[in-house]
Amino acid sequence: MEKEKHHIVAFPTYLWVLVGLIILTFLSVGITSIELGELTVAGALVIASVKTLLVLTYFMHLKFDKPYIRIMVGFVFAVFLVVIIITFFDYYYR
Amino acid sequence: MQAATPIPTDVSYLEYKGKYKGIFSWIFSTDHKRIALLYLYSMMVMFLVGVLLGLAMKLELIAPGKTIMEAKDYNAVFTVHGVIMIFMIVVPGLPAVFGNFLLPIMIGAKDVAFPKLNLLSWYIYVLGALLVIASVLFGNGTPDTGWTFYAPYSFKTGTNLLPAIFGAFVLGFSSILTGLNFIVTIHRMRAPGMTWTKMPLFPWTLYGTGWIQLLATPVVGITLVLVSLERIFGIGVFDPALGGDPILYQHLFWIYSHPAVYIMILPAMGAISEIIPTFAQKHVFGYRAIVASTLAIAFVGYFVWGHHMFTAGMSGTAQYTFSLLTFLVAIPSAIKVFNWISTMHQGSIRLETPFYWAASFIFVFMIGGLSGLVLGSLATDVYVHDTAFVVAHFHFIVFGGVGFAFFGAIHYWFPKMFGRMYDKGLANTGWIVFFIGFLALYAPMFYLGMKGMPRRYYDYLPEFHAANILSTLGSWVMAFGLVIILINLFRSAKHGPKADKNPWNGKTLEWTVPSPPPVENFAETPVYGEKDGPYEYQ
Amino acid sequence: MEHTVHQTHDHYDPEASKIGMWLFIFTELLLFGGLFVIYSVYRFLNPEAFHLAAEELNRAIGTINTIILLVSSATIAMATSAIQKNNKRQTLLLMLVTVLLALTFLVNKYFEWGAKFGHGIFPGSEHMIQTMSKGEILFFGLYFIMTGLHALHIIIGMAFIIFVMVLTARGKIHSERFALLENSGLYWHLVDVIWIFLFPLFYLIH
Repeated sequence: MEKEKHHIVAFPTYLWVLVGLIILTFLSVGITSIELGELTVAGALVIASVKTLLVLTYFMHLKFDKPYIRIMVGFVFAVFLVVIIITFFDYYYR
Repeated sequence: MQAATPIPTDVSYLEYKGKYKGIFSWIFSTDHKRIALLYLYSMMVMFLVGVLLGLAMKLELIAPGKTIMEAKDYNAVFTVHGVIMIFMIVVPGLPAVFGNFLLPIMIGAKDVAFPKLNLLSWYIYVLGALLVIASVLFGNGTPDTGWTFYAPYSFKTGTNLLPAIFGAFVLGFSSILTGLNFIVTIHRMRAPGMTWTKMPLFPWTLYGTGWIQLLATPVVGITLVLVSLERIFGIGVFDPALGGDPILYQHLFWIYSHPAVYIMILPAMGAISEIIPTFAQKHVFGYRAIVASTLAIAFVGYFVWGHHMFTAGMSGTAQYTFSLLTFLVAIPSAIKVFNWISTMHQGSIRLETPFYWAASFIFVFMIGGLSGLVLGSLATDVYVHDTAFVVAHFHFIVFGGVGFAFFGAIHYWFPKMFGRMYDKGLANTGWIVFFIGFLALYAPMFYLGMKGMPRRYYDYLPEFHAANILSTLGSWVMAFGLVIILINLFRSAKHGPKADKNPWNGKTLEWTVPSPPPVENFAETPVYGEKDGPYEYQ
Repeated sequence: MEHTVHQTHDHYDPEASKIGMWLFIFTELLLFGGLFVIYSVYRFLNPEAFHLAAEELNRAIGTINTIILLVSSATIAMATSAIQKNNKRQTLLLMLVTVLLALTFLVNKYFEWGAKFGHGIFPGSEHMIQTMSKGEILFFGLYFIMTGLHALHIIIGMAFIIFVMVLTARGKIHSERFALLENSGLYWHLVDVIWIFLFPLFYLIH
């Protein structure tokens, strides 16, 4: 059994990520307060996705894990996205 | 917390005296082989209940009008039959029994990655089964929605539906945990040197199935929770009176329940892919193609759910899309059939019971698959939707496919599991009687469906009488075959002649260990070298 | 789970526990995924009503709760680093902060739901059926289901973290053996990720 090396993340990294996440939260509150029409939802979702990416990469250590876990996570999100898109083939064209 | 005494390598898992005695040595055992047998026996009980319900339905349909039960009872019978057969038999079937027993041995491991979790999933399975039984025994009225629990009827019906829905949810959880366990096991516990492409095909199909179990089951889980909330609080998510859309329920239900078909069929295909090369005494043809088609079926199968809803009122675009995707999934299935036939080609076939089951599997699977194309194309689907044709189609796939593979697998691995051989003459007799009964039971339904006999009715027009009689007679013949098979197996498990460790000259790792295997499977962990392959380990 | 692996096998495999946890997280994602499918369909069908109904929700509380969860995610992540440096006191402290933040989140949620109930907004209420459009009823139905299920996950996550704290205090979890702590963190981040999407979808419709 080989010993798996484990990366220890330094506290400042986490704190910087946290600051980024909080800034993005205020940004999404701000962006949805102005009238952008259709773009409002898109903007909010894009920001949420960036935040999720940050959490996945740093807090959940994907950056420091072996690549196959990253592939699995990407795969699962992709499957979910395709399910939504296919469902909307029904509702959008009904 | 270390075990006090080392586990001996010369005592079989059946004889090993662990910490507990009697029944407790089974229900507290974390040995994957004992858990497999726990699943086998509990499934056998539920299977017999399901079969009896099926026979009751066929008896009701032997003549038009009321024969033995009222319309209401017929609704209850087909509902419970469906819930038992789908959620308790065919979905967990091959993974929970043969996956548990063989996956660790076939990849050279001592057990699955999380043995306690494995035992827990059996407990959860039993809990789910008890809940479903409770919905039958208690409350006012047995569930009558069909196993699909379609909205809005599922929250309007006054019958005791909640325990059944919760039972299905719990059974799904058991299935998720099994899939999770297998994926981790395959990732982390393969024998040294066994790379992905040196893994036999049955574990490969379990891997594909595991992913579908993980990604599809939660969707039906949340959907069933919503139906329960709808019943309890009137929350309005699928209730058209409160703005909900019942068709959305169908979407979510089939996002699980169509992939569930692939949860069932993939391990069945895996078992067939092990049996055929062994009895053709030849290398499996196109190992990589079979692996690729396994993953392709698992993947594409996730996106075809809408073909259950062609007549439900979807948009045209959605109908075309689902129809196209459905045809796509036929390709990898056909690749597999091609590979099995090519494996037999120029092989030296040994006609043993497992091979008979495997060959008849291909036959019924082809009929089931091709009739699926009729249902997958829009124009013909509108014609036969919700008729007996559909019932015939999915029984050819689910019962013909999974059931035949299950019986093939049990006749193949029986000497390994119990260390004894069954009576081959009786086993072959059982097979041919079962096979004839099966065809007589379900083939007339294709005809009836084309003629317009709807499914889920306890009554029919007089012109359908003759074909229905044939179908009912078939159900009796099939049940008789089943009795022969089960008696033979049960008797042989106790009294059959001792089996050799490799009676079929199989090439995979389970045939290198004694029959029945010792508790920790291997005295020495197998190591795969450069030259070894999935079917040539030395 | 950890014990099992220990007993029946002669090795401890943190990588296996981690994959196991990730796979479990995938099922949780798809569980909420089903709800997000429902949400997106109904929002698409009832854009006006969703807009109107969302006005009823309190943005300030939503924002505060978001920040609480983000901070708690950072503290549990830091706990994983602390245990690897074998700093038990710091680990426990960071985990305690996480649990307290989670509790604050739930208290906020309690008052938020309580206010809605006070206004007659709850599943199956007569007030809703009489005064609201179908789209608004759907919005609140989904609001209660999704935030409720999320709150349930918060409770499960808290229990998980407290359990790991006990094991850490007893020295069962240390710098050589911390997969369980890492897994409780992963679970907690999942709860965070779900909220990251719930927040704009319910509170920030404008």
